[in-house]
Amino acid sequence: MSILINSESRVVTQGITGKTGQFHTHHSIAYATGESCYVAGVTPGKGGQATEGVPVFDSVVEAREQTGVNVSVIYVPPPFAAAAIDEAVEAELDLVICITEGIPVKDMVQTRKKMEGRKTLLVGPNCPGVITPEELKIGIMPGYIHKKGRIGVVSRSGTLTYEVVHQLSELGLGQSTCVGIGGDPVNGLKHLEVLKLFNDDPDTDAVVMCGEIGGTDEESCALWVKENMQKPVVGFIAGVTAPPGKRMGHAGAIISGGKGTAAEKISVLEECGIAVTRNPAEIGSLMKKKLG
Amino acid sequence: MKIHEYQAKTLLNGYDVATPRGLPCFSVDEALAAAEELGGDVWVVKAQIHAGGRGKGGGVKVATSLDQVRQYADEILGMNLVTHQTGQEGQIVKRLLVEEGVAIGSELYVGLVVDRATQRVTLMASSEGGMEIEVVAEESPDKIHYLVVDPQSGFNRDGASELATKIGIPESSIEAAVDLLEGLYSCFWEKDCSLAEINPLVVTESGGVIALDAKINFDDNALYRHDEIRSLRDLDEEDPAEIEASEKGLSYIALDGTIGCLVNGAGLAMATMDIIKLYGAEPANFLDVGGGATADQVTAAFSIMLRNPGLEAILVNIFGGIMRCDVIAEGLVEAARQITLDVPLVVRLEGTNVEQGQKILADSGLPIITARTMAEAAERVVAATQGEH
Repeated sequence: MSILINSESRVVTQGITGKTGQFHTHHSIAYATGESCYVAGVTPGKGGQATEGVPVFDSVVEAREQTGVNVSVIYVPPPFAAAAIDEAVEAELDLVICITEGIPVKDMVQTRKKMEGRKTLLVGPNCPGVITPEELKIGIMPGYIHKKGRIGVVSRSGTLTYEVVHQLSELGLGQSTCVGIGGDPVNGLKHLEVLKLFNDDPDTDAVVMCGEIGGTDEESCALWVKENMQKPVVGFIAGVTAPPGKRMGHAGAIISGGKGTAAEKISVLEECGIAVTRNPAEIGSLMKKKLG
Repeated sequence: MKIHEYQAKTLLNGYDVATPRGLPCFSVDEALAAAEELGGDVWVVKAQIHAGGRGKGGGVKVATSLDQVRQYADEILGMNLVTHQTGQEGQIVKRLLVEEGVAIGSELYVGLVVDRATQRVTLMASSEGGMEIEVVAEESPDKIHYLVVDPQSGFNRDGASELATKIGIPESSIEAAVDLLEGLYSCFWEKDCSLAEINPLVVTESGGVIALDAKINFDDNALYRHDEIRSLRDLDEEDPAEIEASEKGLSYIALDGTIGCLVNGAGLAMATMDIIKLYGAEPANFLDVGGGATADQVTAAFSIMLRNPGLEAILVNIFGGIMRCDVIAEGLVEAARQITLDVPLVVRLEGTNVEQGQKILADSGLPIITARTMAEAAERVVAATQGEH
């Protein structure tokens, strides 16, 4: 098993006729069981065409009715991306993964409000996506570095996640599912919600959580882990050397009002029993050690 | 994006937020003319830089005669103002705001942010005006009151009225305060602000409620739909290297250390800075080249880093995913040939086609030190600065 996505998922790409959407859909279809999972694309006004061998529809509802999709991935440009999430939520899909970077925060505040009481889960925006190795890749991550296995990975960043996954795979530690929750301040699933899913997944034995400066999501997650998590958790927090008040690439990676420092996060994680390394080159080996 | 106090006040005036009357000035003569035009017998001469803490740094002076206005304007214009937010290097003052003096009754704090936990706009208010809200949050968190705004129902006047009462605004001024808060919120929401802060908010001796200071920041992701805000940008307040970097699609932030880093991805870039420190040196910058890392971008990145006089070595750490390592290696070699690198260069490539990438670096004949892991890279770059390579 796995969390969020597997070979049973049926995926629609929103923004499939754009350069980015088409490119990544192509690579995702080529990965493992992608060909049977990717069944539709959506670009308003381009319904009736086919791209990458999948039919294109004008709306997500139409795609769902015609093909039975339950998961969407979004590569729509920032000014229209929040509306694309809204559309997938209104179509009552199970999961929306939004890759788009640069969505205005105000748009996300409105979208999160509209999602209240709805069944749809959101991963992202501004994230690499989700992959269940050797089954299904939804996003922009390089598929081949992943190996099927029993470690869950959750992270706010892209390439740092690849680094961690690469370390794990080299050490023979495959992954159950890797979730990039993204670097924006207002987003969908947080570390906490992903950890809950991993805790309930019988095929996940342990979890790596990568965090970074900004906000207090890692702390909230750690407090939950302390009381509830039944599996070992290894942590890394990026940004020990980041100065306050400066946005470090990600919109959400900023120390503001003295809050959200790496030092504070590391100390809370450690107090909650999470094994934290300060060396990003040793995340994999720390996990190996924890597993004995 | 940040703007100046006088720009923030002008913007807020458009939302019926009262401020002292004032005029922006770029010279001593203009300051004097402004004071004469404003009239009265007390003026405040305020340095306009983007950093906070201007008063403590000597950038805000109260004048009680036109001669004093002239004297203070002369002192402040062109001064290198150092505050806790500018860092040691300070910021040259090129603009002033000359305002009428105000008879202050009490000083309060109000501010709006997007709260990450509730994912909503949140109004913060405190009776402790004039102090930094971070300090209040640290020392007496019970003195900060919050009102979360529902994005569908919008600003809640009843909630704001309760909040105003809690921070000690007298009954007779509550309505004026709620009007001001509603205006502040409308501005925040319509203009895609990321921060709108009035500190201090003042209840005057006559019971009026006015913004004595104002600080507004905007969500960079939303600037595309606000030409009127983009036009307020003051490039003098920004690091020229950061401006140049952003034009090349690079995310660059100068730091105080000696080892430049060039990395793809923000999280990995921070982790690379951290590992440099862990191995005994300090990073000279944050630099995220994004997913592409083209030769053009790498060339620009090298030239920006090399302008830092404190730079002793460069560490390139690229995890090639969709972008292949051989393509990145070609870009690195091309950039290293175009630019005279007079500091050691350590390159760590990992990911797709890493073997070909390594070969391209090795065959280039350039004195590039390669590394296979992040740890090895950090170790080698630190050793290189200590002359042990």
